[in-house]
Amino acid sequence: MSVRTVVTGIGVTAPNGLGTDDYWTATREGVGGIGEITRFDASGYPSRLAGEVPGFVAKEYLPNRLIPQTDHMTRLALVAADWALADADVRPQEWSEFDMGVVTASSSGGFEFGQGELQNLWAKGGQYVSAYQSFAWFYAVNTGQISIRNGMRGPSGVVVSDQAGGLDAVAQARRLIRKGSRLIVTGGVDGSICPWGWVAQLAGGRLSTDDRPDRAYRPFAPDAAGHVPGEGGALLVLEDADVARERGAHVHGEIAGYGATFDPRPGSGRPPALERAIRVALADAGCEPGDIGVVFADAAAVPELDRQEADAIGAVFGPRGVPVTAPKTMTGRLYSGAASLDLVAALLSIRDGVIPPTTNVTPDPAYGLDLVVDAPRPAAIESALVIARGEGGFNSAMVVRRPRNNRAEGSQER
Amino acid sequence: MTGAQFTLNDLRRILREAAGADEDVDLDGDIADVTFEDLGYDSLALLETGSRIEREYGLELDDDTITDAETPGALLKVVNERLVTAA
Repeated sequence: MSVRTVVTGIGVTAPNGLGTDDYWTATREGVGGIGEITRFDASGYPSRLAGEVPGFVAKEYLPNRLIPQTDHMTRLALVAADWALADADVRPQEWSEFDMGVVTASSSGGFEFGQGELQNLWAKGGQYVSAYQSFAWFYAVNTGQISIRNGMRGPSGVVVSDQAGGLDAVAQARRLIRKGSRLIVTGGVDGSICPWGWVAQLAGGRLSTDDRPDRAYRPFAPDAAGHVPGEGGALLVLEDADVARERGAHVHGEIAGYGATFDPRPGSGRPPALERAIRVALADAGCEPGDIGVVFADAAAVPELDRQEADAIGAVFGPRGVPVTAPKTMTGRLYSGAASLDLVAALLSIRDGVIPPTTNVTPDPAYGLDLVVDAPRPAAIESALVIARGEGGFNSAMVVRRPRNNRAEGSQER
Repeated sequence: MTGAQFTLNDLRRILREAAGADEDVDLDGDIADVTFEDLGYDSLALLETGSRIEREYGLELDDDTITDAETPGALLKVVNERLVTAA
């Protein structure tokens, strides 16, 4: 494949930082954003912690025409998209509208908005349901709103594969770039920290019920007991490398490889398919395992799933064969927002030569992982691997690589 | 609400509640004959606006009635006609 796809813009809304700089400063230093839920009264629920994006006042960032028609997570997504485009130095109105598209991942849609309208329906009647319910709750809403706001009318879509979606969307965006789109806004910003979303997540059986923010979500710990949900994520601007170079864009890195597999049916006796996803991603990137400087783990914090992930990493890289980290211990699991945020962390790790830590975890040595804990670890990294799994059998892996010919200060020509 | 008048200020308030207001538009200005399109409202914004008018004034307006009114002045006229009929 001759077309290379590069990341030229990053926009972050994360529980431990609003904006890329705040997020990365906190993440490098191991500062977490998990706390008691403030978005609704969670005192009567078995799980009461979440990673909420701090200091986000939508009216400060978005026109008030958009406020009555958007869920909280869509507002976060619109702002992340604005920031990603600004970071890419792209003014969409100067581009041809059919050259630009949007592909986002979603796991639930605008549930807080939807819950409010369902309450209106049952409490007051159908005429009290907002006309904007027609799209505000829907999986595809972030793609649609970003498309409308920025006049992006090229190929677009939405990917729904739980946590794997944050990589699957970026992979779909890369396909569209290869087919000739000049620019795709992609990634995931998610969140459904509302009673309706919460009971659905509780029913999944994977939420931690620990009330201590520094103990609740500890993947790869011997006594891991589920995860803490969070909100937010990251959106990226992807471009054809040649197009980016022609316009003199700053390049954060290359989307170098991708693999996706689906697990066999439970009870089939066949092994999980995560290892194969990793191998496919490495092959797609033209990488050997030794080329990967760090792995960003999916980090389910469910013992059986941690075991499966550690086994897959061990099978490909050897015992303690590669540094592994899961900065999502600082944000909670962001569902479709998680993996694109990990892509950002991976790109910034490459840029700065440092691996952010997995906080709060003393890993079980039986996993055989070189987990980066307690403090950031300096490391010269050329390529990084991000792993993301979605409930129900989705496995995705993506390789990002240091930019070539990056005109950014301090970078190396290759 | 029977017998009530539906004024331009009522419409301004309901538009803001239903759909917000475009930052480039002075909704408090002389908007009676400015098209909703120029005011930054699409058909969905007008459906939501119409729904709120119905709730507040106890009227039933069909969707075409609302979207056929191209300006605030036209919408005021049709709503007030209905209010008289309802009274």
